[in-house]
Parts: sequence; C-alpha cells; structure tokens
Amino acid sequence: MQTLRRLNLHPGWWLVLPFLLVVMGMFLGPILNILWLSVTLPEPGLDNYAALFESEPLRRMLWTTLRICLITTVMSVILGYSIAYAMMHASGANRNWMISLLLVTFWISVLVRTFSWLMLLGRNGPVNNALMGAGLVSEPVEFMRNELGVLIGMVHYMIPYAVLPILASMQNIDNRVIAASRNLGAGGAQTFWRIYLPLTRPGIVAGAILVFILSLGFFVTPAILGGGRVLMVAEYISVQVLITLRWGTAAMLAVLLLGGVLALMFILSRLIPLSQVFGGARR
Amino acid sequence: MSADSAQSGGLAITGLVKRYGTVEAVAGIDLEIQRGEFLTLLGPSGSGKTTLLMMIAGFQDATAGDILLDGRSIVATPAEKRNFGMVFQGYALFPHMSVRDNIGYALSVRKRPRREIAGRVEEMIDLVQLQGMEDRLPAQLSGGQQQRVALARALAFAPPVLLLDEPLGALDRKLRIEVQAQLKDLHERVGTTFIYVTHDQEEALSMSDRVVIMQSGRIEQVGTPQELYSRPRTRFAATFLGKSNFLHRDGRVWALRPEKIDLHVGSSGDDRTTGKILSQTYFGSVLNYRVETTEFGVLEVDVDAWRGGAALRPGTVVSIGWHDEAVVPLED
Ligand SMILES: Nc1ncnc2c1ncn2[C@@H]1O[C@H](COP(=O)(O)OP(=O)(O)OP(=O)(O)O)[C@@H](O)[C@H]1O
Ligand SMILES: [Mg+2]
Repeated sequence: MQTLRRLNLHPGWWLVLPFLLVVMGMFLGPILNILWLSVTLPEPGLDNYAALFESEPLRRMLWTTLRICLITTVMSVILGYSIAYAMMHASGANRNWMISLLLVTFWISVLVRTFSWLMLLGRNGPVNNALMGAGLVSEPVEFMRNELGVLIGMVHYMIPYAVLPILASMQNIDNRVIAASRNLGAGGAQTFWRIYLPLTRPGIVAGAILVFILSLGFFVTPAILGGGRVLMVAEYISVQVLITLRWGTAAMLAVLLLGGVLALMFILSRLIPLSQVFGGARR
Repeated sequence: MSADSAQSGGLAITGLVKRYGTVEAVAGIDLEIQRGEFLTLLGPSGSGKTTLLMMIAGFQDATAGDILLDGRSIVATPAEKRNFGMVFQGYALFPHMSVRDNIGYALSVRKRPRREIAGRVEEMIDLVQLQGMEDRLPAQLSGGQQQRVALARALAFAPPVLLLDEPLGALDRKLRIEVQAQLKDLHERVGTTFIYVTHDQEEALSMSDRVVIMQSGRIEQVGTPQELYSRPRTRFAATFLGKSNFLHRDGRVWALRPEKIDLHVGSSGDDRTTGKILSQTYFGSVLNYRVETTEFGVLEVDVDAWRGGAALRPGTVVSIGWHDEAVVPLED
C-alpha cells in the first residue's frame, strides 16, 4: 500500500492492468509493425514514401479521397447545423422525437444503410421510377456507382456526428445574449451572423474535424456506392494487401492515414474537450 | 448625448396584463413614467417585475393593455426596433467580442460610419471609466467592470429609455454601494429615463426618484421614497419598505415605524403606554428593543445606540410615547 500511495496510483489500476497491457500490446504491436513494414518492404528505405510524389495513380487516389472527405465534411456540417438549429428551436416533445430519430440512425449498420441507398437510388429504384413516371427525365439518373453516390451515402452516415457537437455548443448559448443583441437593434439575420454563429464555432469545428476523420477511413460506402469507380484510400489499401500484395505501399498509406488522424485529433482536443465530442449532447 | 435622449422617453402604461396559462404574472398595471425619471420597480420574488420589464423591452407580448412612448403605442413594435437600452441580469455581454466591440455593437448594427463608432465608444469608455480595457474580452473583467461594460453598451446608442433588471445582483455589498452611487451619477449626466428592477429596498430608497411597490403582478403603491416610507398605504407597503409596528385602534390598523417611538425608563405626562422589555438586539447604529406593552401588544422600538446610553436589560419597565404624526392609517 505504501508504494501504491507513493506512485499515486488508484488500486483499481492494478485490476485493469493485465487487460490494459494485453490491449496495448495487441494494439500498439501491429501499429509499430506497420510502421516498420512501411520503411522495409520491399526493401529498406523511404521508397514507399517517395512514391507519393512520383506515382500518378497514387496521387489521383489521394486527391479523390481528400476531395470526397472535404465535400462530405462541408455538406454534413451545413446539414447538421440546420438540424441542430431546428432541434434547439423545436418544442420539447418534438425535440425528443428528433433526438430519437437521430440516434436510431446511429444504431443502423453502415452496410444496411449503404444497400438501402443502392436500392432507393438505383436504376430501377423507386426514386428513378418516380422521376421517369412523372416524365421529368427520359432515362434513369445515375445516382449510384459514381462520386455522387459515394457522397450521398457518406453525408447521410456522417450527419449525426456533425449534429451532436454542434447541438452541444448551441445549448451552451445564453438566451439573454441573443436577447441583448436584438435589444441593441440587430435583426434576426444580423444576430445570427454576428452572435449565434461565432458562439457555435467550437461545435462547428469539432463536428467538421470529427466527420473528416471518420470519412478518411471510410471503406464500405465508397466500395459499394462507388461501384469500383471511386477509389478512396481505405479501399486502395485493401487492394494492395489482398490483391496486388504490395504491403509496403499499403503500410505507408496506413501510416499516412494514422498520422493525419492523430494530428487532427490533437487539434480537436485543443479546441474542445474530447469527452464533450464523444459524449454528444449530454454534457 | 443628453441632448438627443432628453427629446423623448416618457412612457405610459395602461391596463397591462400578462397571462401564462392561468398564471397572471402581470395583472393590470397603469403607470406613467416621466422622461428623465429614475423609476424603480420593487417587489418580492415572483411579483412580476421582470415580466413587466420584458414587455416594455418587447421580449414578451402583452396579453392585454397598451404601452405608449411619447404618446405612440409600441406594443406592435418588435424588440429590435424599440430602441430601448437594457442591462440584463448577469449582463449578457457578447463573450466573443472585446469590450470595444461590445460597446460599439448597437452602432455597428445600425451601419454607422467607423469613425463615428470609434468616437462614440471612446466617449462611453470615458463615461464608465474603463480606459485601458478596450481590447479585453468580458471573461477577463471583474464583475463590476462587466457591469459597466453592460451599461456602456446599453447607453451607446443614446436610447430614450434604459431598462435595468437587478443589475447589481451579482456584486458584493461593498461594490454594490459604490456602483449605486456611480449609476445615480450617470443617470443625472445622461438624462435618460431609467427603469430599474430590484428587490433590495435600500437600493430602491437611495437611488430612485419614484418607487413602484409591486405584489402579485399589481402595483401596491407608487411614490417618492419619502412618501412611501412616511406614508405607506397598505400593510404590505409598510413592511416591504422598512419595518413597522401595527396598532389596532378605533377599528383601524395604523402603521408606526420603530424609530419614531420614544422610550425611556420611568414615566412622564404624555406617555401613551407602559411596557416591559422582552429582548434587545444591537445593530451598530441602532439598538432594537422588543417591548411588551399593556395596550398594543408587542412593539419594536429602535433607539440610537450612541444616544440611548447603556442597553436596558430584559424585564426593565419603560414608558413609551410618540407624536401624533408618527402613526399612519392603513387602508386594509
Ligand atoms: N415563462 C413563464 N411561464 C409561466 N409562468 C411564468 C413565466 N415567466 C414568469 N412566470 C411567472 O410569473 C410570475 C412573475 O415572474 P417574474 O419573473 O416577472 O417575477 P420577478 O418579480 O421578476 O421575480 P424575481 O425577483 O424572482 O426575479 C411568477 O409567478 C412566475 O412564476
Ligand atoms: Mg426577475
């Protein structure tokens, strides 16, 4: 006990320590292994990283990933902001309904959601049938198997992740501050742009970073809704590992991804307590 | 600035009612407020002070009744068009803006030229003595400084009327007394109509031209502090503003302030009654005695502590007297 006190360690730690070690070992081990692979395969050196500057397909793929993630982030944050705003200004009963609906989408598997989109927006799906039936289009609109399809699926998946931190920051706003702005002569639009929006900026930034991080690693949605034509980094890695067997390239991309995510997480943690982001609206 | 704000600022409130479901938060209020006046709304918690102020500011719709500014009805005017300054409880400063931007906000939303705003902000900073703090954020200021920023912000656009909802509630007692004096001084300099909400009777007495005592959404009595203190009309007014004894005589109730009673040991010709001291409490400047009298039950008596000599022990027999003007007949 004496030494424990001196270490200032809660005795509970000893209980979880074995599991902690196992988890850390099984988690950190492979990560270090990947880091190692990325500089040793196929031969020692930084060749894999040099490919980033030399390989045209690699650059195109990274650019596609970045573009899709950015568009997804912007769209999710804009839509998420509107939803959060509507929630804040809905009556109590309606707000509870909206939160339940939002959480329900959280619980549905990404696979189910992706296939739902495929059916809804496919060539013979209800949306295309309705459009054709109404005579608005003469042949089916290509919603799926392209970048548009990937974006629809990803934005849909990401919106709740944008809503929760934004909602939390909206709940932090003192109503009297808004009243003060109106009292000083600012109308609704001016109050929104000059007071409301700046005060919710931490939530917007947190939501955006969160969505961006999650988008970076997206695999199922781009693979299915992109129909093989939209190659993003996660799928690219999988192809390198499973088909072309260029593990060095795969490891290099994995390290790149990990580094990017960690950097973003660091920025995020500076802006807002992480517990608030992942704890969502419950403060 | 006194020039432009002194042009207007007279308010007339008629038959004003605010109902929340079955609750009547404001239950029919008629009130005239002179331009340039310092009017205080005084009442216990839940008496409808904030609700009344919010209706004047335009944040709450009146259920019935009318509010006139210089003779024109303003009940249909939205809050942002009313041009009333307001100091909120807790100040409600914009946390992401510097002191300068907070104070300049009203002018900047009115799209005034930058030079004019800068000049006006400087003027207001001087007025509330916040020189050197222009670039700080509200979180970097003390409570008293925040309060002054809130005042400057509300006065920057020279509103005809300034509404203040318990602006000193968050300050400690010493600072509160200091700021009271500053506020009163400010009121005299700018000439704006002040409508001031408080439930602190000392604040109401020391600052106001007139005080409105409210209870249960109604006006109990309106008058200058002197009028209210020396001639309370109801039992509620007599107890809410100061302390009072109540005498039952000739089938009426009369109010008698404790300090207007003369108390001495032994008897003299013009005493009203005699009694026995039950207890005494020392308050620094006054000694308070509770005296059991033969005719009027228990009376409270305040005596100047330094004039009264040594405190009288419980059980001492004393005689008690007062001037005829000291007792005030009450309505209920
Ligand atoms: N939004 C509301 N819905 C229902 N009742 C309300 C609402 N706002 C106020 N009331 C009620 O109206 C009455 C007056 O409230 P108000 O806030 O005006 O009191 P107050 O005099 O400002 O009190 P305090 O000194 O505590 O601030 C209270 O009984 C209160 O419960
Ligand atoms: Mg109040």
